[in-house]
Amino acid sequence: MRTIFARLATMALALVFVLSACGTQPATEAPAVSDEPFVFGMLLVGPYNDNGWSQAHYEAGKYVEEKLGATMLYLDKVNPADRPGTTPDQLAEELVAQGAKLVIFNSDDMKDASTAFAKANPEVFVIMASGDQVWKDGKSYEETPNLTNIMGRMEYGKMMAGCAAALASETGKIGYLGPLINDETRRLAASAYLGAKYCYEKAGNDPADLEFKVTWIGFWFNIPGVTLDPVQVSNDFYTTDYDVVISGIDNPVNLGEAAKLKAEGKNVSGVAYDYVAACAAAPDVCLGVPYFNWGPEYAKAISSARDGSWTSQFIWAGPDWADINNMDTSSVGFEKGPALADDDAAMLDEFIAELAGGLNLWTGPINLQDGSAYLADGEVATDQQIWYLPQLLEGMEGLSAAE
Amino acid sequence: MLKTKAGRFIFQLAAFLLAMGFVSLILLATGASPLEAYKNMLAGSVGSMRKFAEVLVSFVPLLLVTAGLLITFSAGLWNIGVEGQIVLGAIGSVWVLRQFVDSAMPPAMVILLSILSGMVFGAVWASLAGMLKTFGGVNEIFGGLGLNFVSTALTLYLIFGPWKREGVASMSGTEPLPDVFSLPQISDLRISPYALAMALVAVAIVYFILQGTYFGLKIKAVGRNIRAAYLLGIPTWQYSLYSFLICGALAGVAGALQVTAVYHRLIPSISSGYGYLGLMVAMLVNYQAVWAAPVALFFAALNIGSIQLPILMKLDSSLSGVLQGVLVLFVLLTEGVRQRFVKKA
Repeated sequence: MRTIFARLATMALALVFVLSACGTQPATEAPAVSDEPFVFGMLLVGPYNDNGWSQAHYEAGKYVEEKLGATMLYLDKVNPADRPGTTPDQLAEELVAQGAKLVIFNSDDMKDASTAFAKANPEVFVIMASGDQVWKDGKSYEETPNLTNIMGRMEYGKMMAGCAAALASETGKIGYLGPLINDETRRLAASAYLGAKYCYEKAGNDPADLEFKVTWIGFWFNIPGVTLDPVQVSNDFYTTDYDVVISGIDNPVNLGEAAKLKAEGKNVSGVAYDYVAACAAAPDVCLGVPYFNWGPEYAKAISSARDGSWTSQFIWAGPDWADINNMDTSSVGFEKGPALADDDAAMLDEFIAELAGGLNLWTGPINLQDGSAYLADGEVATDQQIWYLPQLLEGMEGLSAAE
Repeated sequence: MLKTKAGRFIFQLAAFLLAMGFVSLILLATGASPLEAYKNMLAGSVGSMRKFAEVLVSFVPLLLVTAGLLITFSAGLWNIGVEGQIVLGAIGSVWVLRQFVDSAMPPAMVILLSILSGMVFGAVWASLAGMLKTFGGVNEIFGGLGLNFVSTALTLYLIFGPWKREGVASMSGTEPLPDVFSLPQISDLRISPYALAMALVAVAIVYFILQGTYFGLKIKAVGRNIRAAYLLGIPTWQYSLYSFLICGALAGVAGALQVTAVYHRLIPSISSGYGYLGLMVAMLVNYQAVWAAPVALFFAALNIGSIQLPILMKLDSSLSGVLQGVLVLFVLLTEGVRQRFVKKA
């Protein structure tokens, strides 16, 4: 009698197989005809509308669709918590099965998977955002002809973020909401600190008085029970006199917390990250947002894959200093937010003009967090020294590596 | 008529149709075509050999876990802690693999050791829930849930602490293990025949234990009526504990296979929810081992097929989870309704 329950399952299975026999398309794919739109795929680590990192990539995909007449397939929330039992390389194959000739892996979390996928699928072009696998001068170079790395020089954006924060802070205490700890996040937090220190001094304060604290949550966004809660971390900052919090994670949750506290009468503000329109989440407390504009470089790479001129490259693209907010030319920009006071905005513009004119804050003397010398007086950091920054800098509070 | 085979069949058909109808309504409410969604899920799970291989990758741990749960359910135990037992199996497996990274021992031997280690870790972890119940009077549901949280904390501690990647602190996982420590796969398909064989052998053994052995009979006696079993001279608490050990061992193997056949490192969600899904499969098959494999395969196909929904239709792939859950609910519901009618008649 008890086995009767299971017949249901047999029926379901039978249905699966019968329908699959008559209902599905043959698995073989016709070769692409040249006048068909070029199809590219994108794997996003977070939701496509996260108001941050993943949305910036998604919008870039839309930009490429519009500029090149290409078609995008995407899958978001590609991370082990949201898609248990799957791996990014497996999901990339799903996109290829739907016709993608090129796949973008949008997270550092997918670095190993993107290499594995590129090697297993030499006929598919691969863009791995934020990685260094094909940087000849990098530490993890591996020749992979169908793979290109693209990253923006967000160090500049973070310097602007730090500058805005330092100008707006009345307590001289800035909190930095860090994701996980690695080369990228260390150098970006450090860049924010360098910008903050520079502008704090420029505004007539003693840079030694500036407090800059980094708290890492453990991943790019909140995963309940796994990471620290970024809302709680923001709250801890704001309620302990850190009146400005800079987001270093994939979405600007610090702004929501700032807006709540501001409604209660606390004078706090925040800096968002990643996505050009991120301030819209809470404009009243937003000082601005340093953002990635992936569109131009993605368009170049995808168009080279389409016309056959593809080469494996490591691209670390900076702002277009003629106009950092030009969406067709600048890979990194800074959008000022409504909470930034007019005189602070003017000073920030001055700082941006100085950067455009050649000011390099990655110039010695710079010491690492443990006090050891990193750059001698007047020494300018190489790209490798910036990319692979081994610790936070002297004067910054927070962990440089896992304990 | 209700007691006949045909009568039962009608009720099961009704449950299946109700579940499909319910999910279709959800789809219609979001403006999507249910037919298209089901078609995409079908094509995404059995549309090609590659996809079917992915289904099998998901099927292996699910079947192992379900097989283990059949034993604990037969003993009248709700082993919710199975999720943590998978995690501990994975930890046990990675621990062994890390010991032999630079050793001269043949990789096949190391992999075998790591799977055995996963088995032992899973069994030991399950015995904790068992002992809490037997000697502490803690219901195995609460004990198991608590141990699941502890297993997550332990994983995070290892990933951020002793097993962290050089210079990195990220929940994305430990350094990938060397390729030689991966179970061999069938050409370029991701499924490992060894993993598949282990899962099928496991469910066969469980079937044999429950149907053909005195040991299995005693476990079932404990599950049916623990007091009567005790009076008949069965050492009841020992048999409860044995069932925990067997289930934990199988869950541990599932965890070890997640490491050696799928992820090749430790990640925070290494158990992928297969423990909870296995509980659903076991309930759906009404604890009958013979049906475990086909239903687990169906659930795995839903898991993999649903990946197409966000790609092709911009629908959330958690729809497969909804269908799985609704299916279990409706089957239980229609069986309840049927039995009421039987009583009245």
